[in-house]
Amino acid sequence: MPDQVLFAIEVMLNGLMAGVLYALVALGFVLIFKASGIFNYAQGVMALFAALTLVGIMEGQVPFEHLINVVFGTEIHGFGWTVPALLAIILTMVVMVIFAWLVNKLVLRHLVNQEPIILFMATIGLAYFLEGLGDMMWGSDIKALDVGLPQGLNTWIDETTFNLFGYGFYIDNLDISAAIIAALLVAGLVVFSQYTKQGRALRAVADDHQAALSVGISLNYIWVLTWSIAGFVALVAGIMWGAKSGVQFSLSLIALKALPVLMLGGFTSIPGAIVGGLIIGVGEKLFEFLVGPLVGGATENWFAYVLALIFLVFRPQGLFGERLIERV
Amino acid sequence: MLDVATDPGADQGRITGETLLDLRNITLRFGGVEAIKNISFDIREGEIRAIIGPNGAGKSSMLNVISGFYVPQEGEVWFNGSRRPPMKPYEVARQGIARTFQNIALFQGMTVLDNVMTGRLNAMNAGTMSQALWFGKARREEVENREKVERVIDILEIQHIRKVPVGRLPYGLKKRVELARALAAEPHLLLLDEPMAGMNVEEKEDMSRFILDVNDELGTTIALIEHDMGVVMDLSDRVVVMDYGRKIGDGSPDEVRNNQEVIDAYLGVSHD
Repeated sequence: MPDQVLFAIEVMLNGLMAGVLYALVALGFVLIFKASGIFNYAQGVMALFAALTLVGIMEGQVPFEHLINVVFGTEIHGFGWTVPALLAIILTMVVMVIFAWLVNKLVLRHLVNQEPIILFMATIGLAYFLEGLGDMMWGSDIKALDVGLPQGLNTWIDETTFNLFGYGFYIDNLDISAAIIAALLVAGLVVFSQYTKQGRALRAVADDHQAALSVGISLNYIWVLTWSIAGFVALVAGIMWGAKSGVQFSLSLIALKALPVLMLGGFTSIPGAIVGGLIIGVGEKLFEFLVGPLVGGATENWFAYVLALIFLVFRPQGLFGERLIERV
Repeated sequence: MLDVATDPGADQGRITGETLLDLRNITLRFGGVEAIKNISFDIREGEIRAIIGPNGAGKSSMLNVISGFYVPQEGEVWFNGSRRPPMKPYEVARQGIARTFQNIALFQGMTVLDNVMTGRLNAMNAGTMSQALWFGKARREEVENREKVERVIDILEIQHIRKVPVGRLPYGLKKRVELARALAAEPHLLLLDEPMAGMNVEEKEDMSRFILDVNDELGTTIALIEHDMGVVMDLSDRVVVMDYGRKIGDGSPDEVRNNQEVIDAYLGVSHD
């Protein structure tokens, strides 16, 4: 096989792995959008906040350390212990559930029956608030996150492909575990939504609020549940991105990459979020590889958005979205 | 005179049970508008109670008060012998009051069977894990619930569309599926908001038969709003008549039919 093709395949595989992460963030958007019609701009920041909290707990940081030191003139620098990764993940999840509950109690419950644009604005506010809160609680320096996932070159793939094609593919172990975890997460979500009472209630609320009320479903409970699940998805995404490129505030910008993913996949489709994520991941890497050199590179910054724009023109409901048919 | 059936129906005058729901001096306002003005009436166990009246009389508002979608400013709702505190609609549903809507509210994306199964959500209490993994209590529960749902599906004769997504069904069948979902919850009280609106004669006859079957076979107490006077007179044991938010008549179909105020409300009176 010619080298160029092999390179392209390697690039594609790496694109798939990046796509998995986009898909994870997009999934969080879809979950909340389906259940409550809210486009949650804060989803990316939730991933950041979850990752910050996880690192903070693992390293035994005192929340609001800097603030406490300034106000009380103390010199606290951490609890002096470290927490094992699994326990820290569980504790972070607890924090995310509390966050979900607070968002509903303090924000969404007061905005019931408001226009979607108002709810959207509220989530923008939420995003900035959460970013600031994360900064204040855990500090703004870049942190390494290591929850014990395998990292670095996967030698098995490298050797196998070298023996087959005479060229070893470079695939990161971290990307492979991300893909596996994402697959498990999606499978779990599907089982949850199809076979459990809560899942059925969640689908019911996503479909029709009034009807859901009439069969005895509490909307508030379902919303807290949805935001908690979105928090969990954000945590998983945060762990993956954090492990890959460190926990830093630019993590919240990945939320923007989820937008084109959603436009491709449709805002209401879970398979859409996944396929959309993969297409954008592969597309932008391949485009950079094939066309990038001709136009001076840096196409990854805009490729996804242009693709989304094309989709908006020709297929506004996305690949899997429900087509809107208005009866007149 | 009124467009009513001449035969009052065999069911009339039968003895029904004790008071299930008692509405006392209900007043409901939207801003300055009084939608319901100091209305009292009761619904007895096992009966079919109709609420009729011209458009805008406040019938649907009344039903929404009973099902908890509206909270009246004044008055008391007594259910099953005790006074009901202000409640959210889902809490009312859990108490055993199921309802259908004037403009069908179904879960469009789900199949008929899934829609009807949502009616049983509150009867399920196995753990989430057990449900996800499909063992133990969850399994027994699901089987039990399926049996109950199948019975309802059987009574309403919708077996042939069990697996069809609701969005694809014609209007008349959607109404029937909505009724099935409400029934699946095994309610003490079933509220039907214009179950026959927009139906042709044949569909209306079917629906009437189903309502009677449900009342008869399952013993469900039913309160319904309906415009078709023939249907109302045939189906109901007792009728409440509303006009401009007031109650202007209450009694057996025969009594109501001969009530001068009711006749005026429907035909209009000259004011000269």
